[in-house]
Amino acid sequence: MSGYDAIVVGCSAGGLAALQRMLPALDATLRTPVIVCCHTGSADVSLLVELLRRTSALPVVEARERAPIAGATVHVAPTGYHLLVEDDLHFSLSVDGKVAYSRPSIDVLFETAADAWRERLVAVLLTGANSDGANGLAAVRRAGGHAIVQDPDDAESDVMPRAGLDVAGADACLPLDAIAPHLNRLCL
Amino acid sequence: MDVEDIEIQLFVRAMQLRHGHDFSEYAPASLKRRVQQLVRTHDTGTISELNRRVLHEDGFVGSVIEGLSVPVSEMFRDPQVFRALREKVLPVLASYPQINIWQAGCAQGQEVYSLAILLEEAGLYDRSRIYATDFNDAALAAASDGIYAARDARDWSRNYLDAGGTVSFSDYYSARYDFIKLDKRLRRNVTFFNHNLVTDVVFCEAHLILCRNVLIYFNNALQDRTLGLFRDSLVRGGFLCLGTRENIDFSPAAGGFTDVDNALRIYQAGGTGARPLTR
Ligand SMILES: C[S@@+](CC[C@H](N)C(=O)[O-])C[C@H]1O[C@@H](n2cnc3c(N)ncnc32)[C@H](O)[C@@H]1O
Repeated sequence: MSGYDAIVVGCSAGGLAALQRMLPALDATLRTPVIVCCHTGSADVSLLVELLRRTSALPVVEARERAPIAGATVHVAPTGYHLLVEDDLHFSLSVDGKVAYSRPSIDVLFETAADAWRERLVAVLLTGANSDGANGLAAVRRAGGHAIVQDPDDAESDVMPRAGLDVAGADACLPLDAIAPHLNRLCL
Repeated sequence: MDVEDIEIQLFVRAMQLRHGHDFSEYAPASLKRRVQQLVRTHDTGTISELNRRVLHEDGFVGSVIEGLSVPVSEMFRDPQVFRALREKVLPVLASYPQINIWQAGCAQGQEVYSLAILLEEAGLYDRSRIYATDFNDAALAAASDGIYAARDARDWSRNYLDAGGTVSFSDYYSARYDFIKLDKRLRRNVTFFNHNLVTDVVFCEAHLILCRNVLIYFNNALQDRTLGLFRDSLVRGGFLCLGTRENIDFSPAAGGFTDVDNALRIYQAGGTGARPLTR
């Protein structure tokens, strides 16, 4: 049995391309849920879900309010709502104000996931042009979870990973192509 | 159990025993965030200190309710929903001599004015009454003023047109400095009042209930009870409109509704094929 029960991923600018590289390289037998918060400009997340689905090793769905968090699935946060993980492991949504200028906010997802999974959580912070996710990553580490940050020099936009490293530090700082293999080792 | 979780339970008990406000069936994760936000807003350092003020300071509870309510809204948010109300629901409501609409959780009234504009443009407003309720008195007062930041008007104007608006959104407000004020004629058939969905009862026979993005804050049991309340308030064939990402598949009471437009979360009370319950 692996030491981790869930993976949360945050990204913004350059995130689509990064996810399209990372998700196909995940092991298709992974049992953990993968929960993605990616800021997109568009009104509806269904396009992002559709694009990721084409290449992802695991099925990709939009995260659903109240649904139990299914394993072996990539769940994507809907546009315009914060996505939260409840302690009894289902999703909830909120339209509370933006956090770090964002809704969905990576901080909100990471902080609630850290409350729910404690040390059994892996968080991944990828490319992005703002500092959402840095506080969330710190919460994950405080709870004993494993924090991975994309190497800023390797990221399309380095603001988000740099903020993550500054505020929270990381258990692993890796180029994009090394992240999925690392996740496979941690979670299989 | 960690100390903060204990403090939150004590907070919920204090609100309940001291002030009769029951948050025990709110979805815990966002309630926790809001309580943490209250600690920052009032600079109390800990939730326990917040609890002390909840218990001992008269008048403090009002600002706590404001903090727990977070009345975030927009006009014509999700324009396709308002387009569907215009095209699918209003033509049916037109057959009633008097149209009662309940807007539950109306926040600062953005959706109330959106509805009033739809009804006005459909020629139905003069025989409509909108009951706009919320449990946040400050939000209700702002709703009745109908004054909003001018910077929102551009987005709302686009939403209005996407929702099938027939004139110019700016016809409905006057702009002053950094604010817009909605035409007060839009308020002529609106009654704003405090109503708590957790504790208060049905007060009208409604033909349409709009309650968007409120039940997302409730746990399954409270969502189910509230849907039961809506079903009891609606006339047979009356409409219910929820937020576009809400999920009622876990609610037995949702069996009392049929889909009008499932993707837009518009339902009708009664009808033939009851909704199947997911478990
Ligand atoms: C996010 S706002 C929704 C505004 C609007 N319907 C929309 O979707 O844009 C949620 C509103 O629900 C209200 N609310 C929360 N709990 C309530 C309760 N128990 N009874 C009545 N209103 C409640 C809050 O005060 C807040 O104004």
